[in-house]
Amino acid sequence: MSTPTLAQSVGRRDFLKLTGLAGGGFALAFYIRSGGEAAAADAAATGDFAPNAFVRISPTGAVTIVSKQPEMGQGVKTSLPMIIAEQLEVPWKDISIEQGDFDEKKYGGQSAGGSQSTPSNYDNFHVVGATVRTMLVQAAAQTWGVPVTECRAEKATVIHTSGKKLTYGQLVAKASALPVPAKDAVTLKQPKDFKLLGTRIAQFDTPKIVTGKSLFGIDVKLPGMLYAIYEKCPAFGGKVVSANLDQIKTLPGVKDAFILEGNGKVKELVPGVAIIADSTWSAFSARKQLKIVWDEGKVVNESWETFVTQAKEKSTQPGQRTLRKDGDPDAALASATKTVEAHYTYPFISHANLEPQNTTAHWHDGIMEIWSPTQIPSIGTGMVNRVLGIAPDKIKLHLNRAGGGFGRRIGADYLIEAAAIAQKVNAPVKLTWSREDDLRHDQYRPGGIHFLKGGVDAKGKVVAWKNHCFTFGEGGSPGSGGGLSGDEFPGRWIANYHAEQTMFDTGWPMGPWRAPGSCVFAWVMHSFIDELAHAGGRDPLELRLELLGDKDEMPAGNPGGAAKGKQPPAGYNVARMRNVLKFAAEKAGWGTKKFAKGSGAGLAFHFSHRGYFAQVAEVTVSKDGQLKVDRFVTGVDIGAQVVNLSGAENQVEGSVIDAMGVLMYQELNIERGRTVQSNFNDYPMIRITDAPAKIETHFLKTAFPTTGLGEPALPPVAPAICNAIFAATGKRVRQFPLSRTDLRWT
Amino acid sequence: MSKYTLTINGQSRSVDVASDTPLLWVLRDSLDLVGTKYGCGVGMCGACTIHLNGVPTRACMTPVSTVGKMKVTTIEGLAAESGKLHPVQQAWSDLDVAQCGYCQSGQIMTAAALLKDNPKPNDEDIDGAMAGNLCRCATYMRIRAGIKLAAGLTTAGQGGAR
Ligand code: FES
Ligand code: FES
Repeated sequence: MSTPTLAQSVGRRDFLKLTGLAGGGFALAFYIRSGGEAAAADAAATGDFAPNAFVRISPTGAVTIVSKQPEMGQGVKTSLPMIIAEQLEVPWKDISIEQGDFDEKKYGGQSAGGSQSTPSNYDNFHVVGATVRTMLVQAAAQTWGVPVTECRAEKATVIHTSGKKLTYGQLVAKASALPVPAKDAVTLKQPKDFKLLGTRIAQFDTPKIVTGKSLFGIDVKLPGMLYAIYEKCPAFGGKVVSANLDQIKTLPGVKDAFILEGNGKVKELVPGVAIIADSTWSAFSARKQLKIVWDEGKVVNESWETFVTQAKEKSTQPGQRTLRKDGDPDAALASATKTVEAHYTYPFISHANLEPQNTTAHWHDGIMEIWSPTQIPSIGTGMVNRVLGIAPDKIKLHLNRAGGGFGRRIGADYLIEAAAIAQKVNAPVKLTWSREDDLRHDQYRPGGIHFLKGGVDAKGKVVAWKNHCFTFGEGGSPGSGGGLSGDEFPGRWIANYHAEQTMFDTGWPMGPWRAPGSCVFAWVMHSFIDELAHAGGRDPLELRLELLGDKDEMPAGNPGGAAKGKQPPAGYNVARMRNVLKFAAEKAGWGTKKFAKGSGAGLAFHFSHRGYFAQVAEVTVSKDGQLKVDRFVTGVDIGAQVVNLSGAENQVEGSVIDAMGVLMYQELNIERGRTVQSNFNDYPMIRITDAPAKIETHFLKTAFPTTGLGEPALPPVAPAICNAIFAATGKRVRQFPLSRTDLRWT
Repeated sequence: MSKYTLTINGQSRSVDVASDTPLLWVLRDSLDLVGTKYGCGVGMCGACTIHLNGVPTRACMTPVSTVGKMKVTTIEGLAAESGKLHPVQQAWSDLDVAQCGYCQSGQIMTAAALLKDNPKPNDEDIDGAMAGNLCRCATYMRIRAGIKLAAGLTTAGQGGAR
């Protein structure tokens, strides 16, 4: 690897623009120098050295790193500052981290989604840390009157070859007067010298988490703050006709009650009734007395079951749209030695962040000040600007730790509700959704059905593949993660291939759910590949390697499908996938173990969010049909450098068990345009009792840029387990959740 | 509204709230003890777990009027001395158990109660005791490991942060 250096020479008043990794479509730019003005002004008052928006060093030597990305449990408030700390040469224990407010002029992009926080900031943060270190070394060299080449930085100290030392704190005044160095003067510390990156570091917020300190959005408390609930029509998109507001206003603790009309969008400001009270419980209690007449609208004619029936009727007809067609799949099926036909069904599910949606807002002095656990803050502020007509420079947004994200908090419906309520209340007001609000008014992962036909030749080679996929649309295109791409594996790999789509437009709110699209498509494709492997009498690993073929790169083909929330089409590095597949299989001992009836192993792989993942599940199914995952092995290729090994393993383990929960339990039925389930008693989530006995995560280091881990470990989990269930019992799982399949055996 | 004097983390605290107010909201809104979390309000998630006379209890299902003289311990008062950590809190820190962290005060309170009853739990004991506490981020592997570490059944260095 060559030594990357600053791209251009900059003066004290210039700013340096560094772009993130190109090619993903999510490339961010941020400005090292921007925010430097404000930071420098603040710093001048305190005597701190703050050459950019991210690092501040005080004369006492205290080092503060500002974390710009929203934190929701993915660990970026720790992992990304680790990159700066590594280059800065400051021991981790001496660093404190502050959450930055929303200010993209100062920090660059602050969106946390699509597993992009690491790839978008990785290179830039190396430069941020190295630049500050370089300035401190220069300050020391000047002080001593020696060449910088005779100085090095270590443990927040600059050391001269003679043994002379100055701490960073002692260098603050001098460094503050230096220009930001020219490109040749900044040398990045190389991976072989890393001391921090790749080690296990506990999250910076751990002390607060384990002692219960105020940290999350729902914990916000401001002087004079009032508490709000907001009741919406159970049927999506329904409107308020009237409500017993006068009676509600007489109830204990209630300060006000009013109707909001909404802006006509089911994922923005939805119509409803707000109750403002002196405590959460007063608001929750008054809510029970609400009597609202709703205009439920036409969505009441839409139910999941009706969709399933219609899809089955239409499955044999041509789809509305061809996503990809190669060769002649019908002819290939007709001449295949064996054919398999099956359909795979997955329901809508909810994100169910454990911290219910909430936001605190205060409308004061012409400013809308907001505290919110949000993933993509610009979506919320954009909505406040558009819906409430408040100028962008009058919106101030503080980012709170979020009790889970999983894509849910990309939506900003709860944020706009709080702001709209606050505009009518002469005090800060905290809106807290109940769990019922959360399950009834999520932006759901769309369900779907895939009708598949496949054929193998006499050698068991896959010669034909047809998929008619049924999905849901909003406003004419598939809901987030509902659009199958023509490129979805094994599209492009099979000579006779046809993928088509039929879409039902609905008024049901849909949104990105952890690894949108991938989280279901990987299950469908790798389950069906497994069916074909067994039909052709082939080992599931060996057939997959044959399918992947010898080519090292598969260029992006027809993007099709308009898969909103998915990554834009990207070339598929087949060599990386083959390698990680073999790597995982080897770690798991694939093919070397004998399993008794009722036990077995299965595997699957998937590429998403720039990461290559292969997984092997070993399961036991009891005679009465209870599943136990005995061992789960993940092979990970996210490139050259794991940032925080502790956080990385935690993300993979969480993804494995999260995917198991979706497979085993989650199902959100929609009847007459509203959800059937409302709380964890009827919407069960996976508990500790179902967690695998053993989860192993193995990182395969490759020479590619470091990429993210919040999502890509999840997609192959369910198919690996379902394929293992088949190996154990001969029962094929073709429907989520698992309770819909009888797994008993004798 | 009624007045109640409660014993919380060894201190006497007076509140004036409706008698049906769950202890959860008394802690969070009236007393600024926000470590006890709201996750479901129906006893299904365990995010609101506190100790009543040492017994793990769902604060969302406990009306303030039923608390009486019982001793309430919350995550903020779990450690014997302020500024110190309970062994479970220490193990959670050593192993970097949390992801988002929202469920973890409830997990820690349940785990601490388990270890008081059963200082050397086996795997089944652990799963049985912790089954009422949801972790949406699914940190269950580390929750198990954290309990074993706190119980002295393992040493730090088995996964998590070191
Ligand atoms: S909030 Fe009490 S159990 Fe969920
Ligand atoms: S750590 Fe997020 S819910 Fe448990």
